[in-house]
Amino acid sequence: MKQLTAATRARYFRRQLVDRVMGGLCIAAAGVGLILLALILWMLFSNGLAGLTLDTFTKPMSQPGSGGGLANAIIGSLLQVGVGAMIGAPLGMMVGVYLSEVGKESRFASIVRFVNDILLSAPSVLIGLFVYQIAVLPFGGFSGVAGSIALALIAMPIVARTTEDILRLVPQAYRDGAIALGSRENEVVRKVVLPAAFGGILTGILLAVARIAGETAPLLFTSLGNDIWSTDMTQPMASLPMAIVRYSNTPYPEWVSLAWTGAMLITVGVLVLNIASRFSYAAVAGKQGG
Amino acid sequence: MNTPATPAIGTRKIHPADTTFRLSLHAAGAVVVIVLLSILAIMFMGGKLAFDTFGLGFIWGTEWNPVTQIYGALPAITGTLVTAILALCIAWPIGFGIAFFLTETCPEKLRTPLGVAIELLAAVPSIVYGMWGFFVLAPFMSEYVQPWLTSTFIWIPPIGDSFFWFTAPPIGVGMLTAALILAVMILPFIAATTRDVLLSTPQLLKDGAYAMGATRWEALTGVVIPAVRGSLFGAVFLGLGRALGETMAVVFVIGNAIRMPDSLMAPSATIASVVANNFPEAEPGTLDLAVLLALGFILFVVSFGVLAVARFLLRQERMS
Repeated sequence: MKQLTAATRARYFRRQLVDRVMGGLCIAAAGVGLILLALILWMLFSNGLAGLTLDTFTKPMSQPGSGGGLANAIIGSLLQVGVGAMIGAPLGMMVGVYLSEVGKESRFASIVRFVNDILLSAPSVLIGLFVYQIAVLPFGGFSGVAGSIALALIAMPIVARTTEDILRLVPQAYRDGAIALGSRENEVVRKVVLPAAFGGILTGILLAVARIAGETAPLLFTSLGNDIWSTDMTQPMASLPMAIVRYSNTPYPEWVSLAWTGAMLITVGVLVLNIASRFSYAAVAGKQGG
Repeated sequence: MNTPATPAIGTRKIHPADTTFRLSLHAAGAVVVIVLLSILAIMFMGGKLAFDTFGLGFIWGTEWNPVTQIYGALPAITGTLVTAILALCIAWPIGFGIAFFLTETCPEKLRTPLGVAIELLAAVPSIVYGMWGFFVLAPFMSEYVQPWLTSTFIWIPPIGDSFFWFTAPPIGVGMLTAALILAVMILPFIAATTRDVLLSTPQLLKDGAYAMGATRWEALTGVVIPAVRGSLFGAVFLGLGRALGETMAVVFVIGNAIRMPDSLMAPSATIASVVANNFPEAEPGTLDLAVLLALGFILFVVSFGVLAVARFLLRQERMS
């Protein structure tokens, strides 16, 4: 440092200063972001836990003052999300297998891949409006089935994308080995490639379920919501997100409290599914050595 | 359609089971394309009555009057663009800061837990943000932020004689509150995608910069950002796409007044909020419903454009 001129030293100091200041601003940004998000979660849990009782899980929605719960909304959500995942996940898996194993870089596969990426981030409100026109209007009414179809259309591209990504991680040697043993193409995929990638595909499915469990906008146009017990999928059906919407905009404190509880239940469910998906991914990634 | 994984075609007949297998997979791929095309077609058909009635003028019509059955989309389009872009302007610098912090300056021990926390927060359903906006942020805005903004920025001249920036009755709902909620909502998403982009920069490039004596900030602005500029913009456009179509977080705090906005803090509306709010009253077969479907069609075309640009910019990254 002794030989440096004053000008060089000043420039060195200035560069260090810029680095420190910008680095500090980035730490501040991280702080602001984390504080904001912590604030939201804290509000969610403090308000949500306050309204959480056994009645929440055992009693259906009812009039203010008569102590209702969210049982019908929870069952409705489970049914619609379950059926939606049962339609969307296999379809998405097939799309993923097509992209990774059959279509690859062909022209049609490139189009499918591009369109799938668009659907992946398309506004869910539009999926709802679309399903309203194909599954509600022609059949004369809102239904749980329509809700499930909308959720399936949201789940499909997520599963397709993760399935393709994970299948590409399966070493080519697995396929070559299977072919060398005389396997047919469908056997290579069904008996070698898919089992090897099982944990990763499960990750995609869990993430998709987590995503559709919190979707509200599409259900507004399809299953609408229902205040009473109903497990008939051809009728309008309650769901946790729709119950939250209905209960938030009311002057009754116990309804607002139930809305917070519902929001907390969904968030906990979604976060648990996300964490579970991490474990299943870690399992498969560990098995393949990265 | 020949692929390396297939046993030499021509020397051996394709087994019927493989033919069925390939056909069904192609069909699944076709379903994806068919879904997108039918969304476009069905939304357009549903909104046709609105386009027939008002022509292309529907897009820039400023009046929205259910009584006289005159509908124009411009108030909702304006609200959508203003809230989404404002949200991006707030969320991007913070999200980028978090991403830089996570990839460069963050202590090794904190890196994984913070990264996981950000990704988990990106998964929190949007309705939770909506509720928080409605019960916490909106009252806070009306009580403290809006009076302060109004008195501090009263000197900013209005745009024309109709748009008064921060001057409005402090009721807490409006475009600014909606933009803030959207910003908080897309923040973890932008931070996570930007972090992935920064992580995809080859370590050799960074090492080269450090070897030349660059500081961390200089390595970022001089080497990393130029190397991944396309993908960084791609992440921004993905965030924009999310903000444009977001419904539940906005419905709670936008105020739902379908008119040309006269202030950032006056009740307003976005396409998604108009569709969600007016849908329960719109009877099938009426102009009321057709207008909502036409709005949906416009939103779809806009999001499609934004997402297509995002995917194009991010493509290089995905190929690697």
